[in-house]
Amino acid sequence: MKYSTTQKTFKDRIISDFKKNKTIYLLVLPVILFYIIFHYIPMYGVIIAFKKFSLGKGILASEWIGFEHFRSFFKSVYFKRVFFNTLRISITNILFGFSAPIILALLINELRSKTYSRIVQTVTYLPHFISLVVICGMIVDFTSENGVITNFLSLFGMEKTNLLRVPEYFTDIYVVSEIWQGVGWGSIIYLAALTSIDTSLHEAATIDGAGRWKQVWAIDIPCILPTIVTLLVLRMGSVMSVGHEKIILLYNSLIMEKADVISSFVYRKGLLESNYSYATAVGLFNSVINMMLVIIANAISRKVNDISLW
Amino acid sequence: MKVKVSLQQKCFDIFNVVFMFILMIIMLYPMIHVIMASFSDGNMLLVHEGLLLWPKGFNLLAYQRALTNPAILNGYKVTLFILVAGCTLNMLLTAIGAYFLSSKDILWKNLISFFIVFTMFFSGGMIPLYLTVHKLGLINSLWSVILVGAINTYNMIILKTGFNNIPESLKESAIIDGAGHITTLFRIMIPLSLPTLAVILLYYAVGHWNAWFNAAIFLNDSNKYPLQLVLRGILLINDTAAMTQDVADTETWAAGESIKYAVIVIATMPILCIYPFLQKYFVKGIMIGAVKG
Repeated sequence: MKYSTTQKTFKDRIISDFKKNKTIYLLVLPVILFYIIFHYIPMYGVIIAFKKFSLGKGILASEWIGFEHFRSFFKSVYFKRVFFNTLRISITNILFGFSAPIILALLINELRSKTYSRIVQTVTYLPHFISLVVICGMIVDFTSENGVITNFLSLFGMEKTNLLRVPEYFTDIYVVSEIWQGVGWGSIIYLAALTSIDTSLHEAATIDGAGRWKQVWAIDIPCILPTIVTLLVLRMGSVMSVGHEKIILLYNSLIMEKADVISSFVYRKGLLESNYSYATAVGLFNSVINMMLVIIANAISRKVNDISLW
Repeated sequence: MKVKVSLQQKCFDIFNVVFMFILMIIMLYPMIHVIMASFSDGNMLLVHEGLLLWPKGFNLLAYQRALTNPAILNGYKVTLFILVAGCTLNMLLTAIGAYFLSSKDILWKNLISFFIVFTMFFSGGMIPLYLTVHKLGLINSLWSVILVGAINTYNMIILKTGFNNIPESLKESAIIDGAGHITTLFRIMIPLSLPTLAVILLYYAVGHWNAWFNAAIFLNDSNKYPLQLVLRGILLINDTAAMTQDVADTETWAAGESIKYAVIVIATMPILCIYPFLQKYFVKGIMIGAVKG
């Protein structure tokens, strides 16, 4: 539907758009309200990170204290612990947890039997659907003194103790269980990309005498590189928010020094100790770093590969 | 064209098959262990070492205790309520949002689209969300959990991609025939997108079934706890007291152990049973989402 070619001012366009699309704007109103109420109002609420917030006074009346909370967080005895735990767990998780699905997808793609490949996929997707509470329940049980994993590891000479009470083991327990739960599901998207590679590329390579290994290197990986990079950039956005749910379910007082991360710290300070502004400040610090990482990763990716999110 | 398979490739193929086999065992074993343990006698479990491939001292005591426990039955009831009310709201709002985002010729669409997608990258965090819910007077109401999760942006984008695949001409002929937006949405877009709708319904349903954290922070009354939260109490905070009251003290610990397994099975069974039938839908959802990415 084209309007006449006479000059239309912006105001005119607004009015005619509104007349034409009145019903759909009305229809989508609840959706917009949802985002305003449950996403943007909390975003505004982040302002209490700069105030000495008290429930009684509300947001506007609470006094302004600027970066006080941030300062006391950086100076606090917990800062180093929480910050480095977050970094350590997160980087280990990305190193192993991000690469595992890619490797699995490449391997599944090389399976000769389609039926076997389907069976493998069905089985490996399954852990993703088990609830986190159940998974943590299983972890607690399997790593207990007489648990399956503990017994298995004792075959290799490890002493039999409750593994979840040893701080040094926590990162490994966390990352391995993340991989167990996520490797199958994570591989789907790479498998989708792999199966959409033009078969003529592989045929041509075979004619040229390239072995399977060579073909994986020269064809498969470059073809899924855009997918990998996009997902990696997105992943950067959660480097600092190591999943608080799992940590909260698993940690105990004995392993705090290695298990407490920024998000679980925010949960404790904010929701259990009701130290709202302080916890919000820490949470904001977390979110800002995440955003910066996404922006940096995206810029690097755009420079290097010409692939970017926006 | 005959392709000669070299010895090296044959070795790799065998390695791959074996590796996948071992991987599958690793994926399946934990659930097998849990299922077998749930049918086992508590005392024998305590002294058992090594793999558990069949029940030790088969009995159904654990299930008997777990299934008659009011907290668990209540948890099931609450979760079912959240599931039904939640999914209804989810599907309605997500469909409307996706319809809006896939429509053309709307002046503010791009701005609103940015406004929505931006929330995937930045949020106010746990505390401001809690305070907002508190301000709305929803603390300790099940609606806090239902409303906070009303729309999952990622799911909405999947549905939007699905709607985008419907030929524009169909929409246009409907408009020519005098259909308004609501009619177009419900009579054309939705019927033509059933597979995609099935996918996001599944995603939402699994999400509701497995959720516990929001309930943990928003709800105070334990009789409002959904199933996973009840489970957390039993599995991780060792709250089996109510189920082992009739057991002698020395036996309590043992009984508690096998009950935990029974409880896991009871809570996960629905998902495990439906899973094989719906696998292709889950995979499809990621494909659609991936195309968008």
